[in-house]
Amino acid sequence: MKYLKTLVLITLFASFATGMVGCSSDPEVRDDEQAQMEAEAAARAEAERLARERQQAMSDAATVGSAAYAKKIEAMLSDPSSPLSNHVFYFPYDSAEVSSGDREIIGAHAEFLASHPEIMVTVEGHADERGTREYNLALGERRAMAVEMLLKVQGAADKQLQMVSFGEERPVALGNDEQAWSLNRRVELIYSGY
Amino acid sequence: MNLKLPLLTLILLALSWFTPASARLNIEITGGLEGGIPIAIVPFAPPDGAALPEDIAAIVTADLGRTGLFSTMPRDKMTQFPNNGKDIDFTHWRAQAMDNIVVGRILPDARQGAGGYQIEFQLFDSSRRSQLSGFSFQANNNTLRLVAHQISDIIYKQLTGVRGSFNTHISYIMAEDVITDKRLYRLAVADSDGFNEKIVLTSKHPLMSPAWSPNGKQLAYVSFEEGRSMIYLQELATGKRQLIASYPGINSAPRWSPDSKRLAMALSRDGNSEIYTLTLDSKKLERVTNSYAIDTEPDWHPSGKSLLFTSDRGGGPQIYTIGIDANGAAIGQPQRITFEGKYNARGTFSPDGNLIAFIHGRDNSYRVAVQDLQRGTMRILTKSYLDESPSFSANGIMLIYATEHNHRGVLSSVSVDGRASTRLNVTRGDVREPAWSPYLLPESQGN
Repeated sequence: MKYLKTLVLITLFASFATGMVGCSSDPEVRDDEQAQMEAEAAARAEAERLARERQQAMSDAATVGSAAYAKKIEAMLSDPSSPLSNHVFYFPYDSAEVSSGDREIIGAHAEFLASHPEIMVTVEGHADERGTREYNLALGERRAMAVEMLLKVQGAADKQLQMVSFGEERPVALGNDEQAWSLNRRVELIYSGY
Repeated sequence: MNLKLPLLTLILLALSWFTPASARLNIEITGGLEGGIPIAIVPFAPPDGAALPEDIAAIVTADLGRTGLFSTMPRDKMTQFPNNGKDIDFTHWRAQAMDNIVVGRILPDARQGAGGYQIEFQLFDSSRRSQLSGFSFQANNNTLRLVAHQISDIIYKQLTGVRGSFNTHISYIMAEDVITDKRLYRLAVADSDGFNEKIVLTSKHPLMSPAWSPNGKQLAYVSFEEGRSMIYLQELATGKRQLIASYPGINSAPRWSPDSKRLAMALSRDGNSEIYTLTLDSKKLERVTNSYAIDTEPDWHPSGKSLLFTSDRGGGPQIYTIGIDANGAAIGQPQRITFEGKYNARGTFSPDGNLIAFIHGRDNSYRVAVQDLQRGTMRILTKSYLDESPSFSANGIMLIYATEHNHRGVLSSVSVDGRASTRLNVTRGDVREPAWSPYLLPESQGN
């Protein structure tokens, strides 16, 4: 089940990423600086959109803790057109290095947390089955720490964050091959408090 | 011929501590056994032709075979079946190149009432035509396997000079349905050959890292039942549990000090995984390592005066040692002791402190290796790909470890010289993280 869910998430993310490229494509040749400025503008727009949604959430009288509010947050976190719908990040073997693509997505999560201070997130670190279990427990934590640090420096508060490592004890994919291993070397963000 | 049959009083282990479960493990020899000490273990004569629930000669044959030190005679090659020393045709056995012969018989024991037995066995040297050993045991249907392992211990000691460790237990974790919401983890204890499995604890959350107390009466382990890793102690006889480490972050890899006073463990309470010792009486915590790297998987030297641990401070995981003083605090700086390859982890000292066993990773294979601490030479013992958690037998002649077979976690044993390996099969779930108990009984007469 969970394996399927992960695949669905990946597929969704892949189509989302393709969509993004389509929207922002420009016939003119752009240099890196311009691309960066546009990325920053996009990030600002995204932040403004989040702020508007937040305002909207408040004005809808969906007060924090209400069922309507929970539904609203749930929708924000699962909207396939939002980076927030991606909450699983994958890692290379014996590494806690976050990819540049994931850094941006984690940035969106940090902003979301900053604008929703009542919401909590558990940062769950995992490893693949190779190597020893207790080392992998520490490796899962190192991955979770890397993601937690990115959330913190981009605005999430300490009290919103909880970190746990399951090492190799809670895989999402079975199998003794790179396909399974790559899905298991991951950090998951699990939201609560809404 | 002098038949000596001293009566061994059995000290029965308290078996009430577990809920019984059917034996799910059985034995499969995966390595060769040529060139060992030749021995024929003749089927024991059953009482008045009645069938016994256990085949004692088969259990003893399997025990000795797993060590790699014996060349046991297959039963289908036997043409004579004596069950008393006076009936042995030594010329016949010498012609079979069987230097050692074990014969035995099972008699009803009226003193114990119905279901009681007296089990007698004798070990003979066929070239000298002399008895090397002979004992009598009292048993019932529940203790037949225990008696068989005691017989194995006596024969092993007689023929090798080393105390046997067949009459010991193993502890391990079983996992089922780990990728679904039905996931289930069990902490189990079984005889050293994988039989008589008993479930100590069942949980919906991961269980890890069982470790025996030096007296064999308690296990320390990691449970995620509170949502994250915490260390518990559990008395096997009573089932009584105690939460011993629930610091912020991970609480992992407990290992009892040889004097039972302390646990070494890996905690990330100070930022990242470091080694600590916790004195059980005072609950005083001493930080042993201090680095930005992962430091975990501690194990005590049998002297109690140093620890080994895994650290990736040099890049990849390697094994280091550090001195420990009488208060459990670190002495000096860690010294790296493994140098071959990029991945050496989960080390454990042999009971005499002369060897370490660990997992050696290379080209996507993770295998059990041993290293001689004096000479520094490393030897890979297995040919499998995903080995984990090697643990020495109490006498240091064998290791039990977890590996993958047909995409499932199974336990295997391997002799320290790498000559014999045996797989303990499982009928369901994944089996992992075996820990071999210390001796459970004081060394008795004959073993």
